[in-house]
Amino acid sequence: MSIFEGFVFRRGDSPIHRLDPRVKFLYTVLMLVLAVMFSEMPILLILFLSQVPLVVAAGVQRSWAKTMRGSVFLALLIFFTNLATRWAYANFTLHPVYLEESVAMTLRFLTLVESFSVFSLTTSPDDLSLAMERVGIPYWFCFAFTTSIRLMPALARDAQTIINAQKSRGLELERGSFLRRVRNYIPILIPLIVTTIRRSLERAEAMESRAWGATENRTSLTELRMKTSDYITLALLSALLLVGVYVRLYVKIPRLVDLIPYAIKP
Amino acid sequence: MIEVEDVHYTYPNGIQALRGVSIRIRDGEFVAIMGENGAGKTTLVMHMNGLLKPTKGRVLVDGVDTRDVSVAQLSRKVGLVFQNPDNQFFCSTVEEEIAFALRNFGFSEELVKRRVAWALNLLNLTRYRERSPFTLSGGEKKRVALASVLAWNPEVLILDEPTIGQDFRQKEKLRQFILQLNSQGRTVIIVTHDVEFVADCDPAPRVVLMAGGRIIADGDARDVLTNLELVEKASLIPPQVSQVFHHLSDLGLPRNVVNIYDAQRVILERLGVRG
Repeated sequence: MSIFEGFVFRRGDSPIHRLDPRVKFLYTVLMLVLAVMFSEMPILLILFLSQVPLVVAAGVQRSWAKTMRGSVFLALLIFFTNLATRWAYANFTLHPVYLEESVAMTLRFLTLVESFSVFSLTTSPDDLSLAMERVGIPYWFCFAFTTSIRLMPALARDAQTIINAQKSRGLELERGSFLRRVRNYIPILIPLIVTTIRRSLERAEAMESRAWGATENRTSLTELRMKTSDYITLALLSALLLVGVYVRLYVKIPRLVDLIPYAIKP
Repeated sequence: MIEVEDVHYTYPNGIQALRGVSIRIRDGEFVAIMGENGAGKTTLVMHMNGLLKPTKGRVLVDGVDTRDVSVAQLSRKVGLVFQNPDNQFFCSTVEEEIAFALRNFGFSEELVKRRVAWALNLLNLTRYRERSPFTLSGGEKKRVALASVLAWNPEVLILDEPTIGQDFRQKEKLRQFILQLNSQGRTVIIVTHDVEFVADCDPAPRVVLMAGGRIIADGDARDVLTNLELVEKASLIPPQVSQVFHHLSDLGLPRNVVNIYDAQRVILERLGVRG
């Protein structure tokens, strides 16, 4: 469950925390766009590394590191799937280029995880909900969305309790073949889904008995306002987007294998 | 025998749940671990079947360090019934639910069938065998959870908060059942903050009081639960009968009375009547 650790907001105070949630959301979207725009390893590596200072500036490196460690399994899966596919397409021959391309795809995934992690670690669910409302998303949707984020830790706790209960009944998660191991998770998943559905129904009843949704137009205690630092960040993000588009259209990006003289071209 | 030796445990999130706990539970004992929420009761029992391994100190089950064996191996000996039965049901019938652990432990199908029938009968669940565990009432679910552990006949049975959400009649039945299991020589450990439930057990169990990750008292229920200072420290309220006897102590009545059976005996003796 450690992968969730890096998506759970904890109160903190840093320049990143103080940014307007809308600006931070744009940053995440920009990272997504850039990561999809480029498939070259060097660029993706830069994208990945360039976010590390943000993580440090926000002081969330420990939770972030946990997420990164948690995503190792998926990253490896992506890497080997890519490599195996390329290998199979090339009539079962291996070439350094394939290696580089597979690493690039893995980095793309990690970059996305990283930017979402920075966003959710430094943005409180309340701020996020406010930002979403301001963009015109209906309140009921914002509420459902932020509640699901807020319930993530509770879900992780439930999952741990269920794992403990089933282990006490002799379930061994790590035993058997790959398929067998996947099947081992059924006794965990079913109680988890059932308790989650049951809890959400109870929550809905509790909310309705407290007159949830009684007024059409909600007012809010805190209003979002853009500060100078927000406008500066916005300008920087726009500049980054322009640079990205320019590089994509007019610059030929070298592959790493081309830079190594003795690499053999396919 | 379960030996807990100076065990400390800190959860990954930094919460220190146990701060130096030592306790020895002999075969055939009946122990109630009591204390307020967050005192470390559940954390302690989760060490006894190896779900948690001590950060410092060690836990021995029949002389074997819990670090050296798997949870499955330990559970064969130490059966732990969790508080909320909804956390373990996933099969479509009660029967399958009870058979799950038996298959995990590698029992033969023939034996599984026999043990399931035995457990269903023991907890009066035979008529529900084909029902889905999700459709049962709260009390019935608790019984299915208990049956699913008792089915493999563990030497030690641990019940975490068995009385929560149970009505008076169900509690009374549960108490008789626990006492019966214990009288057959099985070690029974219950984790609870239900003082009246423990006080009414006859014979009285050994009571272990916990507070702030430490054991603050360990002894016979009649001595521990009537000690106002200790009970207060564990954020519990003394049994009602004991409160009455505290107020009657100026009449020369003893203070260490926790249930009506003892009370009756003491009062009759006092009145010079042979019961």
